[in-house]
Amino acid sequence: MAFSFMEGNEAISWAAYKAGCRFFAGYPITPATTIFNTMLKLLPPDGGICIQGEDEIASIGFCLGASMAGMKVMTATSGPGISLYSEQISFAIGSEIPIVIVNVQRLGPSTGSATKGADGDIQFMRWGNSGGQPVIVLVPVDIKDCYILTMHAFNLAEEFRCPVFIAANKEVSMTRETIDLSSLTLPKITNRKYAADDTPFQPFAASADCLTPAFQPIGAKHLVRQTSSTHGLDGYITTDSELIAANQERLNTKIKNGADRFTFYEEFMAPGADTLIITYGVTARAAQVAVNTLCQNGHPVSLLVLKTLWPVPSRLIKTKSAPFKQIAVIEMNMGQYVREIKRLSGDKPVKFHGCMNGDLITPAQIREVLINA
Amino acid sequence: MPSFLNAKRPPVFCPGCSHSQVVNALDKTFQNMGLAGEQIVIVSDIGCSGLFDTFFNTHAFHGLHGRALTYAAGIKFARPDLHVIVTMGDGGLGIGGAHVLSTCRRNLDLTLLVLNNFNYGMTGGQCSATTPEEARVGSGFLNRLEKPIDACQVMGIAGAGYVTRASAYTKTLPATLEAAIRFDGFAAVDIHGVCTGRYTKQNKLTPKTIKASLEEMPSLESYSALNARKEYGRHYRETASQLKPVASPHHIETQFEPPRTDDGRSCQKSDFLEEKPDFSGRQEVVIMGSAGQRIITAGEILCLAGITAGQHASQKNDYPITVLRGHSVSELILSEEKIGYTGIETPCAVIALAQEGVNRRRAMFGHLPPETLVIKNKDVDIPSCAGKIVETDFKADRIKSQDWALAALALLAHRNMVISMDMLEAALKIRFKGKVLENVLTLVTLYRTIL
Repeated sequence: MAFSFMEGNEAISWAAYKAGCRFFAGYPITPATTIFNTMLKLLPPDGGICIQGEDEIASIGFCLGASMAGMKVMTATSGPGISLYSEQISFAIGSEIPIVIVNVQRLGPSTGSATKGADGDIQFMRWGNSGGQPVIVLVPVDIKDCYILTMHAFNLAEEFRCPVFIAANKEVSMTRETIDLSSLTLPKITNRKYAADDTPFQPFAASADCLTPAFQPIGAKHLVRQTSSTHGLDGYITTDSELIAANQERLNTKIKNGADRFTFYEEFMAPGADTLIITYGVTARAAQVAVNTLCQNGHPVSLLVLKTLWPVPSRLIKTKSAPFKQIAVIEMNMGQYVREIKRLSGDKPVKFHGCMNGDLITPAQIREVLINA
Repeated sequence: MPSFLNAKRPPVFCPGCSHSQVVNALDKTFQNMGLAGEQIVIVSDIGCSGLFDTFFNTHAFHGLHGRALTYAAGIKFARPDLHVIVTMGDGGLGIGGAHVLSTCRRNLDLTLLVLNNFNYGMTGGQCSATTPEEARVGSGFLNRLEKPIDACQVMGIAGAGYVTRASAYTKTLPATLEAAIRFDGFAAVDIHGVCTGRYTKQNKLTPKTIKASLEEMPSLESYSALNARKEYGRHYRETASQLKPVASPHHIETQFEPPRTDDGRSCQKSDFLEEKPDFSGRQEVVIMGSAGQRIITAGEILCLAGITAGQHASQKNDYPITVLRGHSVSELILSEEKIGYTGIETPCAVIALAQEGVNRRRAMFGHLPPETLVIKNKDVDIPSCAGKIVETDFKADRIKSQDWALAALALLAHRNMVISMDMLEAALKIRFKGKVLENVLTLVTLYRTIL
């Protein structure tokens, strides 16, 4: 065993590089800036491009252009930057442009606190786009997740041609931790599927077996069209309501149908427990400590740590929570993902503890919630 | 050379709109240059100029309002061999102003055609950044209160090496466009035209008046010499090719056993338990200082030292956005097992080096158990606490303020607490090199002799 010692943000950057990302653009913002710093060291010497945009809108715009020219791209920001990305995110969803977006969440609302953590953008990442079509959101618990989930994020962006968020948190991204890189089991790298060169190219043509259209880069032999307007298979604007409906349906189902394949999670099931804690991100670490202590003290409690938040892993949540009498949701906000859990829990009581004061939720606070449950 | 125009999608502009002239001039330009459709990307903005990409058999990218230059840049970075042409109206010029300025400063080899018809045609003829104050437009009196910009002067001042104005009706437009496309860097053409659907309903603007007004506008001659420089993409790649690749993350091999507790207890306790205060399995250290005292560096060294003994480590820092002013606090955990909760619960050592840092963590002191070692430098006031206090006077020991945190680590190592002296020295050798390494090793050795 040989440890490296690095920030979560550095692990995200190295994983992006490993996944084949050779284009990064971002606008400096604490607590995401160290991703830009690391990408700036990694990419240019290797023939890649790392650019500091004049603002967040430009940064993600550069990425969308480069992605459509065939590169694997990533950008990183925090809540205030996600707000500015919003219109471009809608574009990437509707026009199927692969991109990995790292949101190193910080305490909001608005400017909030640059150096304090929170998980306040959980619903924002899902719904902060016009049109309301789905995105994929993965949440790292620790540095190892930062590495592995970032590689998955690239694979998913390539496979589904959509924005994939890494919903990090200052507390994971800017905390330095030990990581044994040689011990990681890394996912196999996926690249976007290219359309055949020898048949006429339709930029948005998908099939029943593959709901994601095959790709050709701008600059290919076939002329490629990209557009933010409502389009037909040929990438030209359309008013054909049947075509539009079919495309909207496809955008929705291509992500939702895939959910079971990229439902990442961890579980700690304690024999005899009647309560299941559901949490995610850095809070899962305090929850694990709390659960271990409670189990030791003869008060068994189980834990489900979600690492895919969107699309909602409904099947997993329903199956895992079925044997329990009650559920407790703990999150670093005023109650966001608990809405999804309540929706899936039927009559089962769902307790909630949320806190958004810039501090980590402590194991003691979680124990208290459960003991009083 | 055949036309690049898409026969299936003829231009659909309002009757008399000058955009049709520009479409034809651009088609002529591509023909004159002998280009193929797959060598060209038309990146179009929003509004009537946003229709341009659909009329041509070229690659096309139609995105969001004002952001066309951003996509164009991304495409050009990825594919320097392509001719990337951006079509944007005076609306895009305004809403995307920051991108226009940055594109001029950057000098990437893009060509911008500003289809300037002095109003927002598509939304009802509202005023834009180029609407004259005396014009009658869809924004009521609002344009009378604002001064219009001269796009070329703004872009020239911002660093564009090629800026020129043209009438949509001039016969030489294809030659102007070709020169812009051939320019090795960012080139912009401000093309003045008429919006018959909106603007000329209430304002007099004709090919003749456009020609006359263009002749009266200030000269742009100086910008080509003033802004002559390397094309950004080539410059970027040349500079990047000189950079050294980054070494893979450093792996630290286990070389030592961690120090054992005074009573020789082994270190088997799980990190996931919260019995206290048994520090043997998980040891928390908090360094409280001020900016400039190299608190974060000391925290990193403590972690590296732990790693040399095979321990897991985490470091959380707290400092304000200012540099060299305010508090600096580093929270460190070394653990035999994977670290769960990264917050500080019961530190086994607290190092108090400056009032700013202590003030930031005052609440912690009340909870310290008697087993916690508190290293407190002279003149730092700490709240009353149960911990064992060791007072230092680093100033009297002739140690500079920026080395106090390191000296405090040497004190811990000297007591074989949390880290050993071997671990500390190994960590310093990982973190520093050359003269700096010599200095820190000397400091640690000298400080030991004081102890």
